[in-house]
Amino acid sequence: MVDFNVETREDSHVDIVDLRGYLDAHTAPELENVFTKLIEDKRFKVVVNFENLAYISSAGLGVFMAYVETMRENDGDIKFTNMSPKVYNIFDLLGFPLLYEFYTDEKEAIKKFNEKS
Amino acid sequence: MKKKPLKSSTRRVNNLNTANKLFDKELVVKSTTDNLAIIRDFTKAAAKSCGFSDETIDKIALAVDEACTNVIKHAYQNSPEGDIIVNISVSENKMKVAITDFGSNFDPTAVPEPDIRKYYRQHKVGGLGIYLMKKLMDEVNFSSGAGNGNQVILVKYL
Repeated sequence: MVDFNVETREDSHVDIVDLRGYLDAHTAPELENVFTKLIEDKRFKVVVNFENLAYISSAGLGVFMAYVETMRENDGDIKFTNMSPKVYNIFDLLGFPLLYEFYTDEKEAIKKFNEKS
Repeated sequence: MKKKPLKSSTRRVNNLNTANKLFDKELVVKSTTDNLAIIRDFTKAAAKSCGFSDETIDKIALAVDEACTNVIKHAYQNSPEGDIIVNISVSENKMKVAITDFGSNFDPTAVPEPDIRKYYRQHKVGGLGIYLMKKLMDEVNFSSGAGNGNQVILVKYL
């Protein structure tokens, strides 16, 4: 049973991370590996697309907290897009909108990165 | 409170104490994170049979996931050999989920409410789960036995 899948692709010098399925304490290490690799490759401008993510627990949220500062220190960021209201609600309960940018569309987030540089 | 680990994976609990309960089911799994999906499915099926809305069902399943993740990480320190007992009972006005383990005592009430900005400055990651459980459920109670073992009781009113 494949309960979680993460894939990366590139668009206009920004790395897009596509999440699918269920992100919990079991599957969060897969996402950690992706972020570790992005940092190794010096890819600091990251958009996470949540369109196909059905579920997130605090283990998943913790991954974004663990890596965002490295991205920002290197003139990058982690921006969130295409989140369902159900998943957004969990981020909102924990106050993430104070520290992270959320966009309804992936293109907007990519544009935001390219405006800056 | 110390219970004997149960062998069967799920069972209906039938005894005199449950006579006034409309529903009483138990799931016993080992302390591995791949069981979180099984725990969520078990919880969702139980919550659905109580007639909760889809939104509330999702909230209860997430709270139970967070409680069991804590058990795996803190009570059993990621050892896969521990037992986690998830007991769900429904009485007239509430659904009660009791999560019992036999691992090391831990005191989740010592965890302060997270301030996301402070977390960011301090590079903190943990402690979010307990806060979520409290936000998602109507009641959350933790207790630790004198020896090993902990119990979390989560309540949602119907």
